Amino acid sequence: MGLFHKVNGKRKLTLRGKEAVAGYVFAIPFLVGFFGLFLPMLIKSIQFSFSNMTVEQGGYVLTKAANNGLEHYIRALSIDPEFNLNLLGSVKDMAVNVPLIIIFSFFAANLLNMKFRGRGVARSIFFLPVILTSGIVLGIESSDLLQATLGPEGMLSADDANTVFNVAGFLLNYTNLPSGIIMYLSQAVLGIYDIVISSGVQILIFLAGLQGISPSLYEASNMEGATAWENFWKITFPMISPLILVNAIYTIIDSFTSANNELMQEIKNTIFSDVKYGYGSAMAWIYFVVITIIICIVGGIIGKRVFYMD
Amino acid sequence: MKARSMGKAGIKRNRKRITVARLERFASAIVRGVIIFGICFVILYPIYLKLSVSLMDEKDLYDATVKYVPKHFTLGNYRKVLEGLEYGKSLLYTAVLSAGVSVLQVVSCMLTAYSFARFRFPGRNLLFGCVIFSLIVPPQIVMLPMFMKFRFFDIFSIFKAVTGSTVNLIDTPWPMLIQAVTCTGFKNGLYIYMLRQFCKGLPKELEEAAFMDGCGKLRTFVQIMVPSTVPMMVTVFLFGFVWQWTDSFYTGMFMPKAALFSNKLSALATVLHKQYAAMGGDMNFVSPGFASQMNNTGSLLVILPLIVLYLVCQKHFVEGIGRSGIVG
Repeated sequence: MGLFHKVNGKRKLTLRGKEAVAGYVFAIPFLVGFFGLFLPMLIKSIQFSFSNMTVEQGGYVLTKAANNGLEHYIRALSIDPEFNLNLLGSVKDMAVNVPLIIIFSFFAANLLNMKFRGRGVARSIFFLPVILTSGIVLGIESSDLLQATLGPEGMLSADDANTVFNVAGFLLNYTNLPSGIIMYLSQAVLGIYDIVISSGVQILIFLAGLQGISPSLYEASNMEGATAWENFWKITFPMISPLILVNAIYTIIDSFTSANNELMQEIKNTIFSDVKYGYGSAMAWIYFVVITIIICIVGGIIGKRVFYMD
Repeated sequence: MKARSMGKAGIKRNRKRITVARLERFASAIVRGVIIFGICFVILYPIYLKLSVSLMDEKDLYDATVKYVPKHFTLGNYRKVLEGLEYGKSLLYTAVLSAGVSVLQVVSCMLTAYSFARFRFPGRNLLFGCVIFSLIVPPQIVMLPMFMKFRFFDIFSIFKAVTGSTVNLIDTPWPMLIQAVTCTGFKNGLYIYMLRQFCKGLPKELEEAAFMDGCGKLRTFVQIMVPSTVPMMVTVFLFGFVWQWTDSFYTGMFMPKAALFSNKLSALATVLHKQYAAMGGDMNFVSPGFASQMNNTGSLLVILPLIVLYLVCQKHFVEGIGRSGIVG
């Protein structure tokens, strides 16, 4: 099936060829954006990270940085006292929060998918965080001193933290659960607000997936006498597993690129306040490489276990 | 006799089973209710807190006996903030900019998504991989070249040839509009992905029928595809609108001086403090209580229009997501 065929010696588009042309035409906005704006900028950014830049009237001049242009990278990794710490900090935050966010949003989506009175209201409230965590609203909140003491974080202060730790201590003493899990869970309870507030989009995606599962599957399994528990593990969970992958990747990206992230703020400050373009770009690239590696690992691990219907 | 008693026992057992099932349902409803109520509380509590702080007089903040309900009720904060944000002007500008950007985003992403969903062409999978790639790259990486691009803007050196210098687009809305048209704005990869999945889930028969009737590709798109994609487009529009409304990243970079909410809000406490100091007030520094009150009142006023919009569109929003069938 070629895209062209010959009619009276002239090359003409086949039906397939016409389809292909239409496809490219409809994709023009993206093609122009990606190849005209995005890709050149990506390449520019790599260039910047290997050079020193001085802004002059009507343009800018790039000169190669020291150490074969690697100066900025060396500086970020081995000289700057903050960068490594911040990088590690954001990776650690991600490792703690992403599983919790995914489990919570899956749970919440299941709840919201049930039939009960006031479901519409509950859904509206659950999706409110999409508004509350966007851009400046979150930025303002995190810089607010009063909110820090009175707010949801502060709300869980002193007494409540004590309660949580008492419960944790009780579990440690009287059950055989490994201490790591208990500490992790008690941390999760203390950070519930952060988790709830960053799961808006994920809940939406899971909910969409749940509603996409054909009811006939459940009917069939109920006829065979399956319990709700079995239904969940043998139908809901496998059917929703592709979305666990999507959500995991989305959550990782979200936690890495949120304006709250310390490293992101550092990069922004380096570029715009300190006017160190080359150094800022180098930091951004190291960061991106780390994110990509993590996403590849996570994608590889989850991707292998995902179940696809077709 | 025996049979009758057995029958009775059977009925009894039956009745009992019904009540147990009922009890079960009742119990699970209660558990569910408690959990949902708890989560809703966690989400709504900070909003309530903002509301109560915004209605307090500053001295209430330092009074240990005042917690959730203001003692000295006042609307003064709102008056100050409305003035400090230049509310009317900012509301208008932000609304126009957000609406413009998100409408353009919906249009360009919809075109691209339709192409990926329905047409087969060489390199389609590779290009779709590019869409996902553009979603994964954090915008901070291309932040600097992006800034440079629009600071010294030029298309194939045309402007330089004509006017002798490149065009400075910083402090104009153009950078954002250009990004929206070319699908390179904030999270546009996600929008393309969502719309594509939705389009893929729609039946092909309508389009085929239209093709049989001699309907062109563009007309099929406008008259058949677009109307059936409306729920998802509303969802994407809302996302785009909300994220543009509160965006501080691109706004801070491209339009730092414009009268937009995110600029005004981040500078609010300092601006107000300056005004009061100029009027001969005795505040030599921005007191944390005052700053916090201004910030809380400010963010409430900024998200208020969003919440109204959200409640209006809510039905479409949830429906769009529900029918998208993102799986597959």
